[in-house]
Amino acid sequence: MTPLIEALLLQAGYNAALVAVGAALLGFAAGAAGTFLFLRKRALVSDAVAHATLPGVGLAFIAMVWLGGDGRNLLGLLAGSAVTAGIGLLAVEWMTRRTRLSEDAAIGAVLSVFFGLGIVILTVIQTMSSGRQAGLESFLLGSTAGMLFQDAIVIAVGGSLAVLATWVMRRPMTLVAFDAEYAAASGVNVPGIDRLMMALVMAVTVIGLKIVGLILIVAMLIIPPVTARFWTERSQSLIWYAGGIGAVSGYLGAALSASAPDLPTGPIIVLVAAGLFLLSLFLAPARGVAAAVFRHRRFQRKVHRRQGLLALARQEPIHDELTLRVLRGEGLIRADGVATETGRAQAAKIARDERRWDVAREIHQDTGLTGRYDGLTPIEDVFAPDEIAEFDSRIGGPRAIGEGL
Amino acid sequence: MTEPSVTLAASGGQAAAPARPDAALSLRGLTVSYGEKPAVFSVDAAFPAGEMTAIIGPNGAGKSTLLKAALGVIPRLSGEVSVFGQPIETVRGRIAYVPQRASVDWDFPTTVIDVVMMGLYRQVGLLGRLTGALKARALSCLDRVGMASFADRQIGQLSGGQQQRVFLARALAQDADLYLLDEPFAGVDAATERAIIDVLKALKAEGKAVVCVHHDLATVRDYFDNVFMINVRRIAEGPVRTTFNGETLNATYGGRLAATHIDQLNLVEGA
Repeated sequence: MTPLIEALLLQAGYNAALVAVGAALLGFAAGAAGTFLFLRKRALVSDAVAHATLPGVGLAFIAMVWLGGDGRNLLGLLAGSAVTAGIGLLAVEWMTRRTRLSEDAAIGAVLSVFFGLGIVILTVIQTMSSGRQAGLESFLLGSTAGMLFQDAIVIAVGGSLAVLATWVMRRPMTLVAFDAEYAAASGVNVPGIDRLMMALVMAVTVIGLKIVGLILIVAMLIIPPVTARFWTERSQSLIWYAGGIGAVSGYLGAALSASAPDLPTGPIIVLVAAGLFLLSLFLAPARGVAAAVFRHRRFQRKVHRRQGLLALARQEPIHDELTLRVLRGEGLIRADGVATETGRAQAAKIARDERRWDVAREIHQDTGLTGRYDGLTPIEDVFAPDEIAEFDSRIGGPRAIGEGL
Repeated sequence: MTEPSVTLAASGGQAAAPARPDAALSLRGLTVSYGEKPAVFSVDAAFPAGEMTAIIGPNGAGKSTLLKAALGVIPRLSGEVSVFGQPIETVRGRIAYVPQRASVDWDFPTTVIDVVMMGLYRQVGLLGRLTGALKARALSCLDRVGMASFADRQIGQLSGGQQQRVFLARALAQDADLYLLDEPFAGVDAATERAIIDVLKALKAEGKAVVCVHHDLATVRDYFDNVFMINVRRIAEGPVRTTFNGETLNATYGGRLAATHIDQLNLVEGA
């Protein structure tokens, strides 16, 4: 574990520290910018955009070599990738809008065609004399070997701009994601906002090529907001939660991959993010699976408790195993099924509350109050004590049930 | 059954609605088409301020499409739209739109009060602060529809009727002069229907224009002043008292509305 702790504390060497900080910044930007992608339900479009960067990388390399420059200049490669990613995005939009193809078909077509074209171009580059050591294939899955300070600067500046733009445009983007018709009716340029959102996604994709690579970048855009969704019910906080989850994934993933030789950085970052997602899926307080199971069980036990008590009040036999277990567990019946003192009292109370509700429905025509009857909400939560006393006077006093009261 | 005639508008130019300078919303030659098949064809209309108008017609008649195209939510093939005599782009702030509930993902991460605050976004702009005063205004709008105690609920926890009331509160927050509602009474409980109609009548009393796409012919007479009957083309338009009758209903709904159903509407034939 020592190498991991060193890496976490940024003590594992200059390059590892640079990569960890860069990955955290990228993770934050991707999570924040990906939030509205997730809310607008357009995650797969970003996958097409990411794959469409590949031909741009290759073409930019060739162009820079022809012009006599260094083919590996990162800014040049990123600019090239942005151009073809933009073309890919426009192709998806055009096909969806102007042809009878659905968006998923358009995404599939653009993704595979651009990716295939990119692979062909990379193969051609391999045969060029200057292309042998280009290492362009590292853009597929990301590579952190030989990451330069200026690469980290590109990520920091680009990522900050993407986060800033997301924050500034959060209101129109929220409107469009929640209710595009209303947004259009109140004068928001919906296609424009959609294009801006995709431009942010494209920017994050391009700056993430170096570390995570184009195949997995979509995971950095989508997993953090999906994970954050388990923890908040407000879209404004979702941006920051998703950014935080992305940053933690990037930092932890980079540190993990630095702690052992030959662990690929991009995939490890994605796996860490997926781990956080799984934790949230099961453990989140309101939306998590465990909480849902717990709530369901608690509700089920309440229903069985009520059924059991009503049966006791009516002196009917109880056969349901769970009902018996619930009543026994609360000490309402003895092991042999006979009601205890408390059991009889509770049964009498629940039977009386049922009659109170009947009276309440006769007196109150207000469905806002009597509509709250579900058999489980205590009548004391709905009506004031003096109202309940009024119901009781109409019932004519509590009637003894069994030997209770 | 005789051919409908006199009170009905032909689709041509001469029978066009007389230009009403006091109209809150007026449409001229509005046409919307999906492919080559028009959904709304060459419709003229004038919806007056200070009154409530129902847009009625059979399924697929273009009722919702008419509203959306007027607002620019969906593109129009041709036609002129003016609001209070101005081009619509210059008076967006005076229009509040209440879309159909089903158009929205109700699991969206937002609370009731946040949805109402969306009605204020246009006013506060990109970076303006949503101050306490604005929040108080949003709360008072929720109060008008009887939903103030739900302000901090996640919207997914609301019933259909409550969702509709929240949408209405969002429109109220805009403090508009023209309210366009798409089937506000569809699938809501009786208490909600009453709450909504009370608010709409209050808006009318304040001199606002209210236009509803409406599906329940039985309540047209009770709720609305005017009726606009459409089946792709404009069929009839005018005060409920004179325009909403068996002849126009037959023309609008064709054979789809049983004669017995029309009888049950207790129609008073036009003067």
